[in-house]
Amino acid sequence: MALLEVKDLDVRFAVRGGDLTALRGISFSLDKGERLGLVGESGAGKSVAAFSILNLIAMPGYIAGGQILYKGRDLAAMSERELRKIRGNRIAMIFQDPMMTLNPVLTIGTQMVEAIQAHRKISRKDARAIALDRLQKVQIPSPGKRLDQYPHELSGGMRQRVIIAIALLLDPEIIIADEPTTALDVTIQAEIMDLLLDLCEQENVALMLITHDLGVVSQVTQRMLVMYSGRIIEQGPTREIINDAQHPYTQGLINALPQMGEPGQRLFQIPGSMPSLKNVPTGCPFHPRCSFATDQCTRMMPEYVRSGNVDVACYEVANLIEQERRMQEAES
Amino acid sequence: MTSPLVSIRGLEKRFDLSGNLLEQITFKGGRLRRKQEAVHAINGVDLEVQKGEALCVVGESGCGKSTVARTVMGLLSPSAGEIHYGGQRIDNLEGKASLPYRRKMQMIFQNPYASLNPRMTIQQTLEEPIRFHHPDWSTPQVRDKIHEVMHSVGIDLDWGSRFGHEFSGGQRQRIAIARALAVDPEFIVADEPISALDVSIQAQVLNLLMDAQESRGLTYLFITHDLAVVEHFGTRVAVMYLGRVCELADTKTLFATPRHPYTQALLSAIPKLEDDRPNHIRLNGEVPTPVNLPSGCVFHGRCPYANERCRREVPALITTDGGTQVACHAVEEGRL
Repeated sequence: MALLEVKDLDVRFAVRGGDLTALRGISFSLDKGERLGLVGESGAGKSVAAFSILNLIAMPGYIAGGQILYKGRDLAAMSERELRKIRGNRIAMIFQDPMMTLNPVLTIGTQMVEAIQAHRKISRKDARAIALDRLQKVQIPSPGKRLDQYPHELSGGMRQRVIIAIALLLDPEIIIADEPTTALDVTIQAEIMDLLLDLCEQENVALMLITHDLGVVSQVTQRMLVMYSGRIIEQGPTREIINDAQHPYTQGLINALPQMGEPGQRLFQIPGSMPSLKNVPTGCPFHPRCSFATDQCTRMMPEYVRSGNVDVACYEVANLIEQERRMQEAES
Repeated sequence: MTSPLVSIRGLEKRFDLSGNLLEQITFKGGRLRRKQEAVHAINGVDLEVQKGEALCVVGESGCGKSTVARTVMGLLSPSAGEIHYGGQRIDNLEGKASLPYRRKMQMIFQNPYASLNPRMTIQQTLEEPIRFHHPDWSTPQVRDKIHEVMHSVGIDLDWGSRFGHEFSGGQRQRIAIARALAVDPEFIVADEPISALDVSIQAQVLNLLMDAQESRGLTYLFITHDLAVVEHFGTRVAVMYLGRVCELADTKTLFATPRHPYTQALLSAIPKLEDDRPNHIRLNGEVPTPVNLPSGCVFHGRCPYANERCRREVPALITTDGGTQVACHAVEEGRL
């Protein structure tokens, strides 16, 4: 059984003039110790997907359907009280901006001890010892001193290390990291990613990494999901998708990267931009930007088809697979 | 070599932190002391931009790359040093004398949400610079010019009556580019023009900038932190660290054989699609604050090759065999 299994998750935002569907029919699973990447551009719904796992979406957002099974228990149907025992304890979260997640008026030590004591009956002294141990694990320089410092005394990279240390406090089984390095410089980003990767391997923690950076995903994760306009349009092993993407959007996204182009030549570009939730096109949401779009694409959302180990929601890919199958049949 | 279009000579820029005289005075140990502090954003930068090229300036936050852009544009006045445009010194020009240069040099900013006036329609936004620089043009002339730039950046003519907030980030950046192109500039300073945009939109805007360069013969000073963009877009690259240029080379040469240890670390930190594990050079510590600059080479605290001389003496830019200019004692001495 998978550690975390999301089935047919729908998330909506109730706004004036009707509901906006932010996530539609999201299904994926995460195994113990696995590293999963969630990729998409802004507005694709990747952060909503991450937040909804711990039911952190505030009104007007709500989970309209589907299940989030953590070890067989449905987090979406759980009471706030029960959920609190899991949040930060079994499933921890790392957010994009470390300055927003740390309390500016409390020392690092106080915040860490508070988090431990919220979940375990333990003395202040013992909690501090755990906090110190985790700060050492994230290789922060002079960890003892950091316990008594305030967030503003640390640099951006150090703050993000503290955030990772806090996520590790209670030995979680899953860490959900929402753009953990986007606010940092490249050299610091590389260090933090290294650290996160090493720690997840050492402690056998499953990682769900949300990012817009395909380079980071390809370095860190084993499987990936590509999201577009609230749907998963492609999912499978990271290597397979990066090397041979099936969905026209994923292909476009990879080919639009400057490192894929010939220096000085025009880059591949996907025309247009992601639709807003207020007017998602009918059928496949990508069809107005897709060069393979047919009549069929404008009518109904395509079902997933399997190509290799990758699941893709695209009529064009389905047709190609069908053609291939017929050719093979004809040959035999 | 022909004379450069823009040359930056010995540029320095400090931002005073200590405020007025009363704020500077502290009472300590029974005596009044005056304490002055400044952020040393740029510490002696020499750069030349050749006509028709795209010179990229890269570095991490706080290295002074945006300050260079703003000083070149005259938005900030240099603390020391000179800026020359087409052979004429421009950093000391005032009022009317600077007008022709303001037309020839235009800037594109990072955040298209902040750089468009929310109370102006797109038509007004594009009209303003034309009317300012060509007060003698007739209304049909202005209108034709606006239609021409709108067409060339691929925006619809009927957007003219709409306001900035009605558009997405990529569309706004197109409008900002149209505004810069409206007065037929020769030289464009682009300060992180695509870093606020999504990947698929980045490609669109980058293509647009390259098309404009080709059709209008533009020269770019392109500020960015994204090395993948530099490799694709730049003719030459200047790598900055703590207000100094540490390496300057042709794009191809820089990416093939980076010489400065900082450039090497920076290049190895780019997440690449081919890698299934990060394999970058680890640097010690973090960027020091530009308030108290380290002595000697600004990079010595994080450099694996630093020795006594690096801690003492500031390295000058030297030209190596490959044509790369690099400021590093280790390279000069052949240790690296």
